[in-house]
Amino acid sequence: MHATTATNQVKTRRTRTLRWRVVDIVIASVIAVAAGVIFWVWDQASNPIGAPIEAALPGFQGIINGPWLFAGVLGGLIVRKPGAALYVELVAATVSALMVTQWGALTLLSGLVQGLGAEVVFALFLYANWRWWVAMIAGAGAGVAESILDLTVWYPGAKIEFVIAYAVGTTLSGFVIAGLGSWLITRALARTGALSRFAAGRETTARV
Amino acid sequence: MTVLSAVRVGPLARVNPVAKLATVLTTSVVLIATIDWVSAAVALALECVLLLAARLPLGVVVRRTLPLVIAAPLAGITTVLYGQTSGHTYWQWWLVEVSDGSISLGLATALRILAIGVPAIVLFITIDPTDLADGLAQIVRLPARFVIGALAGLRLVGLFVEDWRALELSRRARGVADGGAARRTVGQTFALLVLSIRRGSKLATAMEARGFGADGPRTWARHSQLAARDWGVFGLGIVVAAVSVAVSVATGSWNFVFA
Amino acid sequence: MSSASGPCAIRASGWGWRHAGRARWALTDIELSVEPGERVLLLGASGSGKSTLLSAFAGVLGGDEEGEERGTLSLDGTDPSRQRGRSGLLMQDPDAQVVLARVGDDVAFGCENLGVPRQEIWSRVRHALDAVGLDLPLDHPTEALSGGQKQRLALAGILAMRPGLLLLDEPTANLDPDGVIEVRDAVAAVLADTGATLVVVEHRVDVWRDLVDRVIVLDDDGAVLADGAPAIVLADSDSALRQAGVWIPGAVSIEPAGEHRRSADAELLIEAQALTVARRRSTFVGGPVDLAVYERSATVVTGANGSGKSTLALTLGGLIPEHAGTVHARAALRGDASPSPIRWRSRQLLTRIGSVFQSPEHQFIAQTVRAELAVGPRALRLGPVEVARRVDELLVRLRLDALADANPYTLSGGQKRRLSVATALATRPKMLVLDEPTFGQDANTWRELVEILGELRDAGHAIVAVSHDALLAPALNATEWSMPRARAYDHDDAATGPDALAARVVRGGGR
Repeated sequence: MHATTATNQVKTRRTRTLRWRVVDIVIASVIAVAAGVIFWVWDQASNPIGAPIEAALPGFQGIINGPWLFAGVLGGLIVRKPGAALYVELVAATVSALMVTQWGALTLLSGLVQGLGAEVVFALFLYANWRWWVAMIAGAGAGVAESILDLTVWYPGAKIEFVIAYAVGTTLSGFVIAGLGSWLITRALARTGALSRFAAGRETTARV
Repeated sequence: MTVLSAVRVGPLARVNPVAKLATVLTTSVVLIATIDWVSAAVALALECVLLLAARLPLGVVVRRTLPLVIAAPLAGITTVLYGQTSGHTYWQWWLVEVSDGSISLGLATALRILAIGVPAIVLFITIDPTDLADGLAQIVRLPARFVIGALAGLRLVGLFVEDWRALELSRRARGVADGGAARRTVGQTFALLVLSIRRGSKLATAMEARGFGADGPRTWARHSQLAARDWGVFGLGIVVAAVSVAVSVATGSWNFVFA
Repeated sequence: MSSASGPCAIRASGWGWRHAGRARWALTDIELSVEPGERVLLLGASGSGKSTLLSAFAGVLGGDEEGEERGTLSLDGTDPSRQRGRSGLLMQDPDAQVVLARVGDDVAFGCENLGVPRQEIWSRVRHALDAVGLDLPLDHPTEALSGGQKQRLALAGILAMRPGLLLLDEPTANLDPDGVIEVRDAVAAVLADTGATLVVVEHRVDVWRDLVDRVIVLDDDGAVLADGAPAIVLADSDSALRQAGVWIPGAVSIEPAGEHRRSADAELLIEAQALTVARRRSTFVGGPVDLAVYERSATVVTGANGSGKSTLALTLGGLIPEHAGTVHARAALRGDASPSPIRWRSRQLLTRIGSVFQSPEHQFIAQTVRAELAVGPRALRLGPVEVARRVDELLVRLRLDALADANPYTLSGGQKRRLSVATALATRPKMLVLDEPTFGQDANTWRELVEILGELRDAGHAIVAVSHDALLAPALNATEWSMPRARAYDHDDAATGPDALAARVVRGGGR
């Protein structure tokens, strides 16, 4: 341990660190828990909504999958550290599994896959670009990953038209709801001042 | 945290949560790998027998498995109507086609969902989040900062419920509770998120002030280890998986999902 | 990690801090020296950077990502952020400091982080819980604790770390009078146990006066204004302290202004008869209460912690149904609506009863202050001209005009409170129900609020406030009603889990 050095100098090393701070972990967890609760609510609500769509246009029920995909994108946009999207989706899935949904352990697998889908996109942009269109691509990424999982596990014997409709629906849902939706939510949160300890919060608020 | 509080009765309560998690993952992975009704049915039967041995309160078990019991047949029916056709076709209308193949697929789907979901629910009922975090950090060696950070965030769930109720009542007081429930719910959800993030930020500072997240070794107040009992439960999980696979292969109905 | 024990010394020289993203320095040129074992009370206006200073002492301000630092600040000669566990920080919000779900685990948390061996952890935990007076089993759920208990739990967690420095950032601001005394006594016990140095920030001087031996006053820019023994500083800096909103002992002089005692022809607005109140699925009922509220009057309902005051406020406000007994709204209040407020539609409530919640954040709906004020009038379907007129009037009257375009969540505590009162007034209800309106207010914002309520009362509104603030009723010249102690009630479907049992123990015992 050394004594602090500079006496009347202003310390202005402004390094962008990729290490998670405690506040990053806790807020990512808070978002994840909130998302987990929303997942659980949407689990219950999606059945009456999805069934008629499914009956009328089989495969298009993928369009309601958006709400399950937003957690990773939102986590990534707010925390902006490697692994954020994956972590938030995984914890959210765990929470909704603990609250006992009809899908139990499969929810964890879903979370893993969805998180990876968004994470890969953010990684491709080197965790440096957090604009709205990157968010939408990340949402689509989560959607693609989720379609692959769902079609393998839930609808393994489905016909090709079903497969295409489902994949397209889910990806589109991810693109808009999870991608753009998460970006809008982040902006709204930043305006309330809740994100003052994050870069996402400081971008939006003016220097006072 | 009544939604997440663990049921602490029966022999399962003392089993290490990591062992329970591993058991659930094992059976899930094995059952996901195939789509046939034989393996699912065998697994489900064995699981129900073991469930009775767990001596959990029946009311709780029924209540928590009810969503699954309703959802599984629904998914099965979907598959019967829209699944891949093979064999004799019984009925066809527009995109609906009921055939031998789709019926057996539908049955397999429904049973599979139950066979995967039931042990998950039963085992998760008895898991306490703090004990699970201890196990994940000490046995599985996941990074302690993340596991505990997640646990702290999870604990804030209990407060969500009270906040939600206050938010609802305030909407009534503000004159906006008469209609537009969907829009109101979205607004309330956002408000809840804001409150939670602020509370979470303060909690993060409090945790840091108590030494969390700094470098240096961390000790554990509650020791988590795997005992014979835990390996036993895991072993039972393997047995259930193995028997169901064996019977399925023996009767020739094994149907690898990626085939 | 530092393994030193014993009280710790603080030295600051030319120290300053600026939060990232701000132009103004929160603190500049702090020259401070605190000896080991000294007990300091830090006073100053809100926004003078006191919390920032305490966070710096605790080493939790954050690194370069979060701001810029100038000068030096050290504990025993070393940077505070490298000495986690050497100091303990207790903050204002009891709910945001509980880390784990069981009491014993939460107290052990700090020790775990510092690498204390397991056997030693649990003996420290028991000792700490005894020292702060929390006589609870180690697996007692933390969410079932009262505010004062939660603060004491956090103190126990700090004590278990054996810190050399105790930092308290407005620890009693969110507590009822009993909780305040509990926490103060627990702090005294911790100090007696460890002999640690103490720095406490608070605007309630009388609570801490006897415990500290030095008072430091900061001015608006964060520079040191006065520094010395309590008696001297409090006497000399009277005006500066008043300006800062400090509650100087014996110096609250509110002359109840305006007409008092309701005049004989004031109309009866609402009546409660044999009213008992309870939340949904609760095991406790508050009451029975008999209450009559007249126009142009103020009523304050007091009662012990847990006696159901907030629930009463919600019931009188027509937000939750009565448990038993009646709430009867008279013609003067209800107009053409039903006599039972719970049956009113949300829009009907707007012009009849306005509710102001304990926590203003629960009531914010819009993105800007202006939009927030417009919510009520818009719900009443008034034309845009009328809406704008009312909004502008309220902005000026409650001094929120400079903040018209700010997001409600970014306001200070006093401003949020004014905003939540303003939003209730926008639709001109005859009766206003307020839940703990003076909670956590410093002397200035308190006075301001009391004046506003007094004006409303004189203008013809009925003010009903539930509060544990003993100064409120006399200041408003209000009739005082007292809630009887809450009693347990056996539902058919009463929960039997440990949570319900714990809740019974906590609230029934009234610790």
